[in-house]
Amino acid sequence: MFFEFDNETPLYRQIAEQIEEGIFTGVFPAESQVPSTTEISRQFNINPATVLKGMNQLVENGLIEKKRGRGMFVTKMAQDQITTKRQAEFNDHYVETFIKEAQKLKLTKAELIALIERSYDNE
Amino acid sequence: MSNLETKHLTKKFGNQVVLDDLNLNLKPNTIYALLGRNGAGKSTLLSILANHIFASSGSVVWQDKELTGRDHPVQEFYLMSEHNLFNKSDSLKNIIKKTTLLQGTFDQTLADEMLLAFKLDPKKKVSQLSTGYRTIFKTIVALSVPAEYVFLDEPILGLDANHRVMLYRYILKAYENRARTIVLSTHLVEEIANLVAHILILKDVKIIVDSDVEDLLAKSYQISGPKEEVQLYCQGLQILDDEQIGTLYTCYIYADLPANRIIPDSIVIKHSDLQDSFIKLTEEERELNV
Repeated sequence: MFFEFDNETPLYRQIAEQIEEGIFTGVFPAESQVPSTTEISRQFNINPATVLKGMNQLVENGLIEKKRGRGMFVTKMAQDQITTKRQAEFNDHYVETFIKEAQKLKLTKAELIALIERSYDNE
Repeated sequence: MSNLETKHLTKKFGNQVVLDDLNLNLKPNTIYALLGRNGAGKSTLLSILANHIFASSGSVVWQDKELTGRDHPVQEFYLMSEHNLFNKSDSLKNIIKKTTLLQGTFDQTLADEMLLAFKLDPKKKVSQLSTGYRTIFKTIVALSVPAEYVFLDEPILGLDANHRVMLYRYILKAYENRARTIVLSTHLVEEIANLVAHILILKDVKIIVDSDVEDLLAKSYQISGPKEEVQLYCQGLQILDDEQIGTLYTCYIYADLPANRIIPDSIVIKHSDLQDSFIKLTEEERELNV
């Protein structure tokens, strides 16, 4: 798996975010099983209560669901849900900081749009 | 399941107070870290909780009863410490047999798995083990007894990095197989940050932090920027330490950020990790100017 921990976010949220990232990128496709609390806890030496708290956050958000006796599974709509959520966040997190930085660098609106167009077409 | 509490627990050695008026409440099925500088009283506290030594005043309360030395339930509490209570000329196998008799039951499966994983030969005698291996063996026994409260006093003392990681895994495994409260004291603060749910910090004979790891980290910040602005922003907050590099000034605080104070663009706020927070919380005045 893929954990890279930082100090800025509580650990349980990082666990939730990293599993969410896995669902988003397709590492855990719809209706597939995600690693169990025990597996994550033992693999990364994390307190099981912390892992469980992260998992519960995903359950609350409807991204994974518990199947009795079998474990946690990705819901059908999870990936779409994440995409919708991230599109909303994209504006707050990226576009605003991006424009702020551009303004600090004294780029005009036209120059900025030209930059975006050039990069977008090159992709 | 019952909480284990201390009420006004005080311990003196002669005239010297080593623990002063501790009021703790240890929850069942929770992994704790007990942190503190050398000589802070960690081992003394654990020894009292496990009934190896007595408090000078105050009490230990369990199932709504004050425990006096006599009725301390031997099987509910187990302390693993640097003291070697095993007969040195006894084989590991024999010690396990005797411990089983004393404690009622014993998780032989876990013990066997751990002995194998750490390459410990059960036919060996305690006297034939190195310091690190003795610690490992004592921890194996501590994790295999049926106690509800297991106190591990420096279970990673003298262990190399590989063995430490293995031991953390087995602590979690034992805990998942059968939930219980584990209190572990250690100096390797960063290594146990994710392993434990709750942190206790002893300093100057008192408990100065009794907090979930998450809450402790959430309140630990380093705030840097121009001195005047940082000081203005940190006014009234609990400041643990500050330092200055050129014109960059940094304040270490242990507090919630005030919701109504605007953060100026010129200052940067970051969370400290557990080790940094611990160092700042337990630092002595005179050590600051190294």
